[in-house]
Amino acid sequence: MKQKKINLRALAAIAVMLLIIILLENISSIIPGLPQVFWPTSPLFTVLKKAAVYSLVAVSMNLLNGFTGLFSLGQAGFMLLGAYTYAILMVPAASKEQVYYLFGGCAFNSSIIDILGGIFGTTGVGGAISMIIGCIIAIILAGCVAGFFAYLIGFPVLRLKSDYLAIATLGFAEILRAIFQWQKLGKITNGANMIKGFPTFSSFNITDGAGHEIVRLSTFVPFLISTVCIVIIVLLINSSYGRAFKSIRDDEVAAEAMGINLFSHKMLSFVISSFFAGVGGALFAMYVANAQAKAFTSVMTYEILLIVVIGGIGSVSGSVLATFLYVACSEWWLRFLDSELYIGSFKVPFLRNGFRMVVFSIVIMVIVLFFSQGIMGEKEISLAALFDRSSRKKERKE
Amino acid sequence: MGNALRLENITMQFGGVVSVNNLTLDVEEHKITALIGPNGAGKTTAFNCITGVYQPTNGQIEFMGQPIVRNHPTGKAAKTYKGENADKYAKDAVLSPTPDQITGLGIARTFQNIRLWKSMTVFDNVLIAKHQHAKQNVFSAIFRGNMAEEKRMREETMELLKEQGLDAYKDELAVSLPYGLQRRLEIARALATNPKLLLLDEPAAGMNPQETIELAEFVRQIRDKYDLTVFLIEHHMDLVMNISDYIYVIDFGSEIAQGVPKEVQQNQRVIEAYLGVTEEEG
Amino acid sequence: MEYVISILLSGISVGGQYALIAIGYTLVYGILRLINFAHGDVFMVAGLLGIYFTATLPIGGSLPLVILVTVLLGFTIERAAYKPLRNAPRMSVMISAIGVSYLLQNTATYVTGGQPMTYPTIPFLSDTVNVAGTQTKWVVIITPILVLVLVFALTQLINRTKIGMAMRAVSKDFETSRLMGIKINSVISVTFIIGSALAAVGSILFFTNYPAITPTAGAMPGLKAFVAAVFGGIGSIPGAVIGAFLIGICETIIKGLPSAWDVSVFSDAFTFALLIIILVFKPQGLFGEAATDKV
Repeated sequence: MKQKKINLRALAAIAVMLLIIILLENISSIIPGLPQVFWPTSPLFTVLKKAAVYSLVAVSMNLLNGFTGLFSLGQAGFMLLGAYTYAILMVPAASKEQVYYLFGGCAFNSSIIDILGGIFGTTGVGGAISMIIGCIIAIILAGCVAGFFAYLIGFPVLRLKSDYLAIATLGFAEILRAIFQWQKLGKITNGANMIKGFPTFSSFNITDGAGHEIVRLSTFVPFLISTVCIVIIVLLINSSYGRAFKSIRDDEVAAEAMGINLFSHKMLSFVISSFFAGVGGALFAMYVANAQAKAFTSVMTYEILLIVVIGGIGSVSGSVLATFLYVACSEWWLRFLDSELYIGSFKVPFLRNGFRMVVFSIVIMVIVLFFSQGIMGEKEISLAALFDRSSRKKERKE
Repeated sequence: MGNALRLENITMQFGGVVSVNNLTLDVEEHKITALIGPNGAGKTTAFNCITGVYQPTNGQIEFMGQPIVRNHPTGKAAKTYKGENADKYAKDAVLSPTPDQITGLGIARTFQNIRLWKSMTVFDNVLIAKHQHAKQNVFSAIFRGNMAEEKRMREETMELLKEQGLDAYKDELAVSLPYGLQRRLEIARALATNPKLLLLDEPAAGMNPQETIELAEFVRQIRDKYDLTVFLIEHHMDLVMNISDYIYVIDFGSEIAQGVPKEVQQNQRVIEAYLGVTEEEG
Repeated sequence: MEYVISILLSGISVGGQYALIAIGYTLVYGILRLINFAHGDVFMVAGLLGIYFTATLPIGGSLPLVILVTVLLGFTIERAAYKPLRNAPRMSVMISAIGVSYLLQNTATYVTGGQPMTYPTIPFLSDTVNVAGTQTKWVVIITPILVLVLVFALTQLINRTKIGMAMRAVSKDFETSRLMGIKINSVISVTFIIGSALAAVGSILFFTNYPAITPTAGAMPGLKAFVAAVFGGIGSIPGAVIGAFLIGICETIIKGLPSAWDVSVFSDAFTFALLIIILVFKPQGLFGEAATDKV
């Protein structure tokens, strides 16, 4: 009874958030003359898109590291699998020749869009339907490929102890990166070159006949997909399986003695986490409009790990919050640190290219050392608590 | 009545150290049986063999008449093996279930040094133990197709907590409970796995005399209520003599005596083994 | 034949350089059970220090200074980033190590402006020499000899001196050693000092052979050295050295295979494949001891 009420509230809150995003994205066309920050070119939207993508990856990492206690550093590898799966399946047959020109075309000389286009048509509403359904299918397949590889690699590595698991998964990601750069597989992966020409977030903007954007959805789409995925992860965490994961994190021996099969539950968590990392990889490819193996280095994994730490290991809302803060700082708010600044004739010291990342890493070290709980610890921002507090305030006023 | 549990020629050897030596014992159904012995006698090791934490080097364990664990020394272990009956099980297949499989068969345990899940509430600690037998899969769990099952688990958990008098603490962190209640919670958690046999590893450790008396009464109650067989390890002689129907005494891994409490109390070897040791234990 | 010799020679030399880094990993892991992710970056910083010091000082003065400052860096990292987390879960310390690695890389990017820096020519080391008909640099010959000398000195230190005994005791049992009155913190500091000094020596040898240093130049050699340490059995110094030579030689062979196969992209991946295989089949490595858990 009470639980249902909370769920409804949560759903309503998510719907409101998505509505706000659509409004925000189109506000400059509705109300002209707003400050630049609301224009579609504003860094605000870059931050929102990137953070939407990263928050999913951070939450998926938290599922593994924070909720199951498996310290894995393979996230970039699974993102790579997702990104490439999406890219390979979605480059239209017409562009394949051009993208794979070094290898004389692609071994898979079609795309999901082409196949669906044969059913729904390629222009107008039919074209839109085939693109939307195509994207959904490709994103799910991206997750499945990542999940499948996690399943394979899980057999050897999930038996390893904490830090060995970390280094083995890191190594696995590096191996994947090498394989995807191998020229011999160029017909599939385009070797070390990037794959581009597939639908991106801006493909979802609705345009008129002349190509003018009528309704922009390029920020809404990553938000929608990430939200759906994160809600699924939260539902998992709050289910019987999520509780079993936490019991493994707290005490493996006790979990096993209480009938929880360690290996199958670790595997489950690993596969699901990797599935969503794969989805995140596909979204990342859509965000940067290309897929290239050299982007998915261990530094990317470290970055995501640090986001998780800042948010609080074991808190989903913490991870999401930390992602938005992290991305906003690195892409927008702290940008000024990278450019030289003069006040009158006085040159502010230190400010030049690269200083932002130095400040950033120092802040991260301070958090790691002195605020090891992160922003949220293991707590969640709970809607129920927010509502209760506000309703209590109301009561007090009355 | 038959035997709930039977250990047959169980030997556990770590490298060159024989921790349990050719131990054979029977735990009769619906009885409370105790395994006692001085520190380092191999009691917990024997428990760990039963619950699948260790794989015994040699021997067989039967539960409800069915063999569940069986091994014989092979390879390197065969060369260094110091125990007896090495050939007895050589022809039979090796059985080496994981602890969760053992629990699934209906053997539940508590730990000597309490092992509750520390970041979770009292309620969740018991609820998780119900996970194994729940009829659900990961999809039905995520998309809430298992609401009826979830509801049943929650109700049963609440019922268990009420019986143990822990319902008032249900939303508190398990580690915030006083020591005696933590022990009780561990027993409640073990009961949540629907066991037929309950293994208690020093349930009275760290308890005062009053708590110990209550514990004895409590163990008897749950035995009757859930139709359990109880097998326990204990240092606390008062408790053991008070509640046990039958006692096995081991020292240096081997059995030195067995019998009903009266017999064991008067056994000369037991008194010798315990001399100086029980005093230290207090 | 000459080709084979030159590949073997450079393999042994790369292996020797990895060995010097690997010792730092294996010592730290043996004592703190910590994968010091920042160790590879300390190695990179030592390389940069070499560039900056030789630009202003004569070689004879700058090389000892490189070692000294690197030692200071290693010591400071331990005191600032690992010591406060002595009683925290192992995961936190590892995260802290990753944070330090991130900080060192970003600082290096800031200082160098992100440009690849050319390592100075060090007289003698960079001079060419003729071995069995192959032209090679002196550093290739010197490295394995120097490694063996340093490893010998180190094993003497660990087996014959008081501090060495303390190090062995701490790696066997951290808590008991503390109770027995061993000054844990100074033992750990000594470990980091030795590890950093060897990494500094390794950096001089390694970068003499390489065209340029980038801020991420330390990450890969660092990880490979760690794999070498795991391969040899973590905590074992001879194990780490043998593992490092093996990885160095295999890697050079892979790089030297016909370019038509295009397998040189796997020279890094090979190391990790090796790692996963070892961890699965012989997790304690060649010379490590198996650990047991108590329930």
